[in-house]
Amino acid sequence: MSFLDYAPAPESRAIVRLRPSYGLFLDGEFVDGHGTPFPTISPATEEHLAEVATADEHDVDLAVAAARRAYDEVWSKLSGSDRGKYLFRIARLVQERARELAVAESLNNGKPIKESRDLDIPLVAAWFFYYAGWADKLDYAGLGANPKALGVAGQIIPWNFPLLMLAWKIAPALAAGNTVVLKPAETTPLTALLFAEILQQADLPPGVVNIVTGAGATGQALVRHPGVDKIAFTGSTAVGREIARATAGTGKKLTLELGGKAANIVFDDAPIDQAIEGVVNGIFFNQGHVCCAGSRLLVQENVHDDVVERLKHRLSTLRLGDPLDKNTDIGAINSQEQLDRIRELTAAGEQEGATPWSPPCELPANGFWYAPTIFTGVQASSRIAREEIFGPVLSILTFRTPQEAIAKANNTPYGLSAGIWSDKGSRILAVADGLKAGVVWSNTFNRFDPASPFGGYKESGYGREGGKQGLSAYLAPSGGAQ
Amino acid sequence: MTIDTGAGPRSAATTRGAARALDLLDGPVTDTTLRRYLEGIPGVDAVGLDQRAAGLGTRSIKTTSKAMALDRIIELIDLTTLEGADTPGKVRSLVAKGITPDPSDPTCPRVAAVCVYGDLVPVAIDALGALHAPRSREAGTGPGISVAAVATAFPSGRASLRVKLADVEDAVAGGADEIDMVIDRGAFLAGRYSQVFEEIVAVKEACRRPDGEDAHLKVILEVGELVTYDNVRRASWLAVLAGADFIKTSTGKVTSNATLPVTLLMLEVVRDWHRLTGEKVGVKPAGGIRTSKDAIKYLVTVAETAGEDWLQPHLFRFGASSLLNDVLLQRQKTKSGHYSGADYVTID
Repeated sequence: MSFLDYAPAPESRAIVRLRPSYGLFLDGEFVDGHGTPFPTISPATEEHLAEVATADEHDVDLAVAAARRAYDEVWSKLSGSDRGKYLFRIARLVQERARELAVAESLNNGKPIKESRDLDIPLVAAWFFYYAGWADKLDYAGLGANPKALGVAGQIIPWNFPLLMLAWKIAPALAAGNTVVLKPAETTPLTALLFAEILQQADLPPGVVNIVTGAGATGQALVRHPGVDKIAFTGSTAVGREIARATAGTGKKLTLELGGKAANIVFDDAPIDQAIEGVVNGIFFNQGHVCCAGSRLLVQENVHDDVVERLKHRLSTLRLGDPLDKNTDIGAINSQEQLDRIRELTAAGEQEGATPWSPPCELPANGFWYAPTIFTGVQASSRIAREEIFGPVLSILTFRTPQEAIAKANNTPYGLSAGIWSDKGSRILAVADGLKAGVVWSNTFNRFDPASPFGGYKESGYGREGGKQGLSAYLAPSGGAQ
Repeated sequence: MTIDTGAGPRSAATTRGAARALDLLDGPVTDTTLRRYLEGIPGVDAVGLDQRAAGLGTRSIKTTSKAMALDRIIELIDLTTLEGADTPGKVRSLVAKGITPDPSDPTCPRVAAVCVYGDLVPVAIDALGALHAPRSREAGTGPGISVAAVATAFPSGRASLRVKLADVEDAVAGGADEIDMVIDRGAFLAGRYSQVFEEIVAVKEACRRPDGEDAHLKVILEVGELVTYDNVRRASWLAVLAGADFIKTSTGKVTSNATLPVTLLMLEVVRDWHRLTGEKVGVKPAGGIRTSKDAIKYLVTVAETAGEDWLQPHLFRFGASSLLNDVLLQRQKTKSGHYSGADYVTID
C-alpha cells in the first residue's frame, strides 16, 4: 500500500439537512413560485438534491414590490449603525453555520471541500464583517456628505462561487442602504436558500433581501423590471452585453463583472517553486471556474522547458475526485453544458496544433469531470489563447522581453486580472504599470480581500466590487439620482 | 585545492562531494565560483513558501493511512539525547526505548537510530549489542539501529578545523555509523562559502572508516541562525555540493528549529538535485517536532515534494525525543479506540 493513496477522509453530509423542495424567498417568507420547479443536482454524482421553485415575471414583480416596500418603510429609515448591526449578525451566523454552508456549497457546486471550507465561506463572513463596518461611515465613501442609497438593487450571480458572489453583492448593497432582489445561478441555488434561512434567523426585516430562483428568463425579468434602480451582474460577457443593452436609457445603474483571459507572466528570475504553485493555483483553483483565472501562462522563453517540467511534476500530485473528501484538490465541473464547452475548446486547441498534457488520473464514472490539462506550443492566434475556457485548462505561451510580455498579456478583449512572477521589484512595478487589467497580482495569484476593489477593463466589465469603490457602486451623491 | 586539516594535506578533488561540485561549477571551488552558482539559484518567496507548507498541512490523514504513518514515523526517528547531563545510564535507557518503544505491543517498529554526543557512542553500541545496525545487517536480522554522533564542536561549531576533525575522528573510531556535523554559520554569513564547503569535504573524509565504509554525513545548517529562506536554500545547495548524505535543519539548541516551510524548502533542493544528477540526498528536520499530528504533516510534505521514495530511513529522519511518546499514544489509540495517558508510555 502506498502512503500517497490517502484513505478517504470525507466531510460528513449529516450537518446539512436539505428540504425536499425550496420556494422563493419573498418578503421574509418561503413561497411557491409560479414557474415550473426544477431539480438541482450534485455535479459530482448527478444525484438529485432538491426541487427548486422557478420565479416567473409575476414572482419577480412581487419580489421587487416587497423590496420597494421594505426600502420605503423600513430600511431607508434605519440609521447606518442599525443596518450595520444586522450585517454583523449575518456575518456571525455565517461563521456559526460555516461547516454546513461549506458542505452544501461543495455538494451543489462540485468544488473541493477544502476550498469551500478554507476560502469561500470565510470570505463570505469577511465580506459581511467588512461592509457592516461601513454602514455608519458612508460619508467617507468618496461621494461627499450624506450619500444616498439607490433604492432596489437587482443582483444576478454566477455558479462558480455561489455564496461568495452573493456576499459580494448583498453586503455592500445593504450597508449602503439599498434593498435587494437576488437571483442565484440556475445550477447552484442551494446556499443562497440556506442563506435565506440565516436572514430569518437574523431577523432581517422582511423584504430587505428577496431571493428569486430560476433560469435565464427569471434574470431577464429582473433586469427589465421598471421598479429596479440598479443592476449588478457577474457572469459571461455575452449575457453582460445583453444586460447593458436592456438597461441602456432606462436610468438604471449598472455594474458588470464579466469574463477574463488573464495572463500569468513568469520571468526567468522568478522564485520558481512558488511561481509553479501560483500558476497551479491560478488555473486549477475551483476547476478553473474563475473569471480572473490565470488561464494564459506567459513564460520567458529561456525557462520554458524547466517551468513546464516542474508544472507537470506538480500536476501529477493533484487529487481529483469526491468534492467532499478533505484531500481533494480538483472537484467536478459544474454542469454538462460547461463540460461540453471545455471539450469543444480543447478539441479546437488540438486541431490548431497545440499539445495537451494531463497527469494520469482516473475520472469518476458519474458526474461531470475534466482532468487538469496544460497545452504547450500554443500560439497567440489559437482559440484556447483567446477565448475564456472556464475550466482546468492552461495555455502556455512564451515571450522574450518585458515589452513583449506586456504586449501579449494585453492582447485580449478582456482585462480582469494578471499575475507577475519575478524577484525584481522594479520590474514588477514597471510591468504592472503596463498591464491593462483590473487586478495585478505580484508573486501570488487569486488572493481576495474585502478591502480590495476588484473589477475589469474592456470586455471584462465595469464598476468595482470590494473596498470603498464597491460601496460607492450602491450610492449616489446627496441631491443626485434617487 | 588543498586543505590543511592538521592531519596532513588532502585533496578535495578526490572526494565524491568535491567531484559533484567541480562538475557543476565548471571550475575550481572558490568563494567566487560558489557565489556565482549559489546566488544564481532562483530565490524563495517567503509568503508563497509558507502558504504552500500550510496547504500541505491541511491534508487529512485518517484510518489506515494514519496507522501506516504512525509506524513510519517511528521507523524514521533518530531518538536523541544531547544534554550536558547525559550519562551512560541515560544512554542505555534511550537505547532500550529505541529497541522496544512500546513494551505492551511487540508489533511496534524500532527507531532508525539513536543520536548522542561522540563520547557516548561506545555506550550506545554496547547497549545495542546484536541490534547495532552493522552487526544486525551481517547477521541478516533486519536493519537494526544505527548510532549517530553529533560532532564538529556541536552545537556552535566555533572551533578550529583541527579540533572539529578530531571530534569527528573520535566518534568514527568509537563506531558511530552517522555523523551529524554543524556548518560554520559565521563563515557562511560572511560569504566565505569555500570555507564552509571545504570543511564539509574534510569532515566527509574524516567519516571514512578503516574498513573503507563511510559513516553517513548529516550536515546541520542551523536554519535558525541563517534566518532567511534564501540563505537556507543556498546553504542546502552548498552542503549537497560538498557531499552531504543528509541535510539537517537544526541542532535543537537555538530558539528556532525545524519548521514545515523550511523542511519543504530543503526537500525542494534534494528533489532538484535528484532531477539534475540522479542522486538522492536525505533530509532531517530536527528540534520542535513533538506531536504525531505535526510529524504526519512532514510525511505528507516529503511524499508530495520529493516523492514517497524518500520516506525511508536512509533518506528522511526526524531528530526528536518527545515525539516518540506522542506517536505511541496515538498508536495505542488507533488500536484500542480510546486514548490512554502519559503513564502508559515509558519515560526514556
